[in-house]
Amino acid sequence: MKKYIEGSMAVAEAVVLCKPNVISAYPITPQTHIVEDLSQMYANAEFKGQFVNVESEFSAASVCLGAVVTGARAYTATTSQGLLLMSEVLFNMAGMRLPLVLTCANRAISAPINIWTDHSDAMALRDSGFIQLYAENNQEAADLHYQAYKISEDDSVRLPVMVNMDGFLLTHSFEPVDMPTQQEVDDFLPSYKPRHYLDVKHPITFGSMVGEDGYMEVRYNLEEAMKNAFGVIEKVTKEFEQKFGRKFGIFIDTYKMEDAETVIVALGSVVGTIKESIDLMRANGIKVGLMKVRTFRPFPKQAIVDCLKNIKNVIVIDRASSVGSGGILATEIRSAFYGNTSVPKVNSYIVGLGGRDITIKTITDIVGNFANVKVQDSQFVELDHKYMQAGDEYLKTI
Amino acid sequence: MDKKKHLLAPGHTACAGCGLSMGARMVVDAAGPNTMIANCTGCLEVFTTRYPQSAWEVPWVHSLFENSSAVGSGIEAALKAMGRDQEIRVIAQGGDGGTADIGLQSLSGMFERGHDVLYICYDNEAYMNTGVQRSSQTPFATATSTSPFGKASYGNPTRKKNMAKIAVAHEIPYVATATVGFDMDLKNKVKKALSIRGPKYLHVLVPCPLGWKVESRLTIKIAKKAVNSGIFPLVEWENGKVTNVRKITPEPVTEYLKLQGRFKHLFADNDEARAHLASIQKFADENIETYGLKS
Ligand SMILES: Cc1ncc(C[n+]2csc(CCOP(=O)(O)OP(=O)(O)O)c2C)c(N)n1
Ligand code: SF4
Ligand SMILES: [Mg+2]
Repeated sequence: MKKYIEGSMAVAEAVVLCKPNVISAYPITPQTHIVEDLSQMYANAEFKGQFVNVESEFSAASVCLGAVVTGARAYTATTSQGLLLMSEVLFNMAGMRLPLVLTCANRAISAPINIWTDHSDAMALRDSGFIQLYAENNQEAADLHYQAYKISEDDSVRLPVMVNMDGFLLTHSFEPVDMPTQQEVDDFLPSYKPRHYLDVKHPITFGSMVGEDGYMEVRYNLEEAMKNAFGVIEKVTKEFEQKFGRKFGIFIDTYKMEDAETVIVALGSVVGTIKESIDLMRANGIKVGLMKVRTFRPFPKQAIVDCLKNIKNVIVIDRASSVGSGGILATEIRSAFYGNTSVPKVNSYIVGLGGRDITIKTITDIVGNFANVKVQDSQFVELDHKYMQAGDEYLKTI
Repeated sequence: MDKKKHLLAPGHTACAGCGLSMGARMVVDAAGPNTMIANCTGCLEVFTTRYPQSAWEVPWVHSLFENSSAVGSGIEAALKAMGRDQEIRVIAQGGDGGTADIGLQSLSGMFERGHDVLYICYDNEAYMNTGVQRSSQTPFATATSTSPFGKASYGNPTRKKNMAKIAVAHEIPYVATATVGFDMDLKNKVKKALSIRGPKYLHVLVPCPLGWKVESRLTIKIAKKAVNSGIFPLVEWENGKVTNVRKITPEPVTEYLKLQGRFKHLFADNDEARAHLASIQKFADENIETYGLKS
């Protein structure tokens, strides 16, 4: 049934439809509406599991870890500082091969403190062992949760999944979202039946110390599990499409790629703006298309190379930067082409940090200038020079 | 169950005479097989779970240094959510560092939320796993690797933070101190704690021959002396009130201190050393007074 609801509410309702046994979370803007909505559903007995109100994100993640290891399905949501505070636990969960779904309402990282969207938080956790999926709009954000549990709990994967949705731009915006019935979700997502869990009848030890004799092998298996996720993501996405009739791509999605000479690559909600820009540019005869990255971990090298190998120009839009290295998505896309015979010209643009608007003009300017620039390091786009002065210098000017 | 079978099996890699290994075995044996344990990083975790072996005969999980109380909270919440909470008891445990320092916040959260979990702090009065660095449970004037004795130092400059009182301040139903020196007392406290619903806290003094620089055959003796000098009183609080103390005929604290290399510098023949010893005796006297320990 289509509902005109806020992104956070769509996610909260989707999560409850997935019937987690334990939810534990800690409020942080712009994730707050998700936890508040879940709290209300708990108060209304619409969510029938345990809701654990903790004293920090670190404990929220730890409570989830304890719940999953006991055989429960668990859920948490956070962003930015909260994600960083959780990070020690998140690496641990992935290493212990514990399924979980975490919604990250993407937000910038302090300092300077800033509550608005960018992808610095999730990108900082890219090496954690979490599967990372990025939503373009609220329908996709909600739908990703049903799929995320199924991917996460697959026995060949058993990895936690982070569903990313841009803070405010998605979490606080109202859109029509098609919400399935409980029966439909139950048919798609069976209850969680782990192979190993804490059970007094079959006592086992979790979280052992593994020395130099076996640590590499355990980490190798983690890497393999990530590879297995490719097949599982594909299978689950296709099954979802069959059951619900909706599809947003598997690893990547494309828009107006036929005959495109220039392709813009991005992830998250900016994809909507880029599509509009493409329509405008195409009306002016510019052959431009879009490749959206939906699955960032595992990184879909093959799908990306297949999609872009015959393209002349690739513009990568990054809403985060690895300080000292530059655009993260761009770097990974460039490296995906290493050893390939046909390599596009790939340039990297850092845009929209800390909630800075990415407008159609931002996109059309980048495309318009592309022919004039060589292959170069990541460029920060639309910098305001007055803020680049030292604080005391700037204050003298106002 | 076979009477001789312990739920913490022998064959682990603790040092000889390790008080922590004795304490952990007494606790899990008293708790019984229907127990699940969340454990902090520290000596206990390291010497019991070197993969692919494990000394634990009950379901057991280790996640991080500072989160066993939150992991235990999650276990309890999951058992409740899945209707498995009736027959199973949850224990969260860690060393003094994992409990009183880096894990204090998540422990406070576990108390405040009222989880039905027994928390056990195994206090060996320093970070032993990483090489005997000081913690907030290291006593005054103790030489450790980060509070060594030197020209400008008499060892650790601060007093032991009172964890039992911090637990009591959370208004939880049961708090107690215990030690491996009095094994029946420790086991009875575990059983009593587990018969009560809600959060419980047990602070167990466990001598560490390596870190305390005592002979490994003296573990039990030294633990008894800690109690009998009044420096580590055995107390029970039920619903915030002291309901039981172990009475003693106090011995001078020097009887306890002189057996341990970590206090050796206090026995030098000078006024400063004597003043430090006098301070420690005063702490014991305060305990004797506060809890009415004299029999
Ligand atoms: C976040 C973090 N910081 C530091 C460490 C290193 N570390 C592991 S165990 C430990 C000390 C443990 O001390 P305690 O809790 O008293 O247990 P013990 O080994 O003395 O029984 C430290 C500092 C760690 N594992 N994680
Ligand atoms: S260092 Fe101390 S606590 Fe650790 S195993 Fe040895 S005796 Fe036990
Ligand atoms: Mg210790």
